[in-house]
Amino acid sequence: MPANINTLTVVDLVPFGLEREHGGFYALRLSRPNWADWTPGQFVMIRPETWGPELPWARPLSICMLSADLILFFQIVGRGSKRLAELRHGDKVQVVGPLGTGFQVEKDTPTLLLAGGMGIVPFVGYVQRHPGPNALSLLFGHRAPLEYYPFEHFDDKVEARHFHEAGPEDLTLFLNTVDERVASYAARNGLVLACGPLPFLRAVQGMCLKHKARAQLSLESRMACGAGACLGCVVKPLLDEASGRNRSAQDIPEQMHKGLPVPTCTCGPVFWADSIDLKD
Amino acid sequence: MDKKLERLRINLPHAGGNLQLKNPVLTASGTFGYGLEYTPYGNLTELGGIVTKGLSLKPRPGNPMPRIAETSCGMLNAIGLQNCGVEEFLKNCLPKLPVLDLPVIANIYAHSLDDFAELSGILADAPGLAGLEVNISCPNVSCGGVLFGQNPREAARVTEAVKKKAKKLPVIVKLSPNVTDITEIAKACAEAGADMLSCINTLTGMAVDLVKRRPLLANITGGLSGPAIKPVALRCVWQVARAVNIPVIGIGGISSAEDALEFIMAGAYAVQIGTANFRRPDRAFTLVREIADLMDKLDIENLESFRGSLQV
Ligand SMILES: Cc1cc2nc3c(=O)[nH]c(=O)nc-3n(C[C@H](O)[C@H](O)[C@H](O)COP(=O)(O)O)c2cc1C
Ligand code: FES
Repeated sequence: MPANINTLTVVDLVPFGLEREHGGFYALRLSRPNWADWTPGQFVMIRPETWGPELPWARPLSICMLSADLILFFQIVGRGSKRLAELRHGDKVQVVGPLGTGFQVEKDTPTLLLAGGMGIVPFVGYVQRHPGPNALSLLFGHRAPLEYYPFEHFDDKVEARHFHEAGPEDLTLFLNTVDERVASYAARNGLVLACGPLPFLRAVQGMCLKHKARAQLSLESRMACGAGACLGCVVKPLLDEASGRNRSAQDIPEQMHKGLPVPTCTCGPVFWADSIDLKD
Repeated sequence: MDKKLERLRINLPHAGGNLQLKNPVLTASGTFGYGLEYTPYGNLTELGGIVTKGLSLKPRPGNPMPRIAETSCGMLNAIGLQNCGVEEFLKNCLPKLPVLDLPVIANIYAHSLDDFAELSGILADAPGLAGLEVNISCPNVSCGGVLFGQNPREAARVTEAVKKKAKKLPVIVKLSPNVTDITEIAKACAEAGADMLSCINTLTGMAVDLVKRRPLLANITGGLSGPAIKPVALRCVWQVARAVNIPVIGIGGISSAEDALEFIMAGAYAVQIGTANFRRPDRAFTLVREIADLMDKLDIENLESFRGSLQV
């Protein structure tokens, strides 16, 4: 079997939060894959062996953490995640990965982590593996109660603030805080990393471009192949009209200079914020 | 190659010679990129061959997102033929493929007869290419596409236009199931000089979000593929294989060795694996040996004698 396809065993599946079963948030612990290395921000394509033809795709899940076990985190959002929530100790799952690009790691650079909802997941591993966690701080916006998310991992390691979005005014407060922080990190040549739903990333991208912050965005996208082959998960690159090349000041895959939409699964999921066009 | 796999060899005869495959497992257009995307998951030269993503004369950005949706036992796609264009393919993809040991078939798409002819002419001279597969059956583009494949006269004209320019390359015409009588189109293509036929492309379908009251695809409709379409595909292959005297390649929902042998029993020379690649990226690679194992189990001596052995 190729090294990047592992058959792993479910250690346990732990519902998160107060209402546990009802919340639909789970931590999935799997036996350790034989990966040589991985970078936080990367993801896996996971498909339980018990799935038959009724679910033809594997599911992309962000890598939360790798220690003695591989830890993934998900929320029930559709037919696939609903079935993932039925996994039991001892079940076998096929795991392809680690896939895609990870977040930039800079030891001494002040780094701002911006998470919306389940976007917090890759930052668990990011903080855990970062060589200088003192340089990190996190702003976390969430709709479900805080207990549903793996937030306690941050408390003791980095400066972390959370914003519970109960109404529109909470969202405004959160985004205003994000905007101020992005501005201050940009002024210090810091790094901004964001992960969350598309509307959140659009807002963050707007702020990062406005303040000229060095920033990366991690996209969540529906995926079928996870291999850059089906072109079902693409995003448009931001091109410079004069040169026809990508506008990004960063080192990005050559494919992103050619003008055609690029697969999120191979050129991403982590993209430099100035390299992609998130408009409809 | 071990003896067991030796028995999987097949020959697809055509006017310009023989298309020889190590085994009947090809990958379906649009599901396997340009092949290179799958090198982390297997050795390409162990496959019978690959069919590239649909190529057009100029690069195409494809349809707006979302473009894919999973459905029960299948998926919908409306990629809209995003591709890098023939020039880029020849410059940066084909040279990286192990063409001496891997038949590479270029799937082609165009809006007009002239463009089909020009594209075929360019590819006819490409070193190492094993064949052309003509997509007259794409349901996801507003002009051309399936329109060519729904009318026997149009289908014949496209076939002729490609054949004229393809030189010695075998020309495979890929048929649409979105027609009343697929044998009518099949016969028209065969008479117009097609060397082989492949069937089927996707069936037009649609999925919606009940809460948001919106379609799941930006294109509204898309092409259905995967296990859900296998019975339709099998029926089409069976009908077409009886209607024409040229090799037929089976496509549609093929995910297992059983599926593959069923298509061959219904008359297919070879099969293409599409949506099943998404279940596991090494699916096409592992299928080769599974077919050989199943042949042992079912006492199938070779594929030549087994082909079309369905008794009705
Ligand atoms: C994502 C996707 C993209 C496709 N793109 C093409 C294409 O570019 N050209 C083509 O002839 N067929 C294309 N097809 C159709 C497949 O080649 C195949 O005919 C169809 O999916 C049925 O086979 P399957 O059920 O094994 O997937 C595409 C299918 C999918 C799922
Ligand atoms: S999921 Fe197929 S290209 Fe990304």
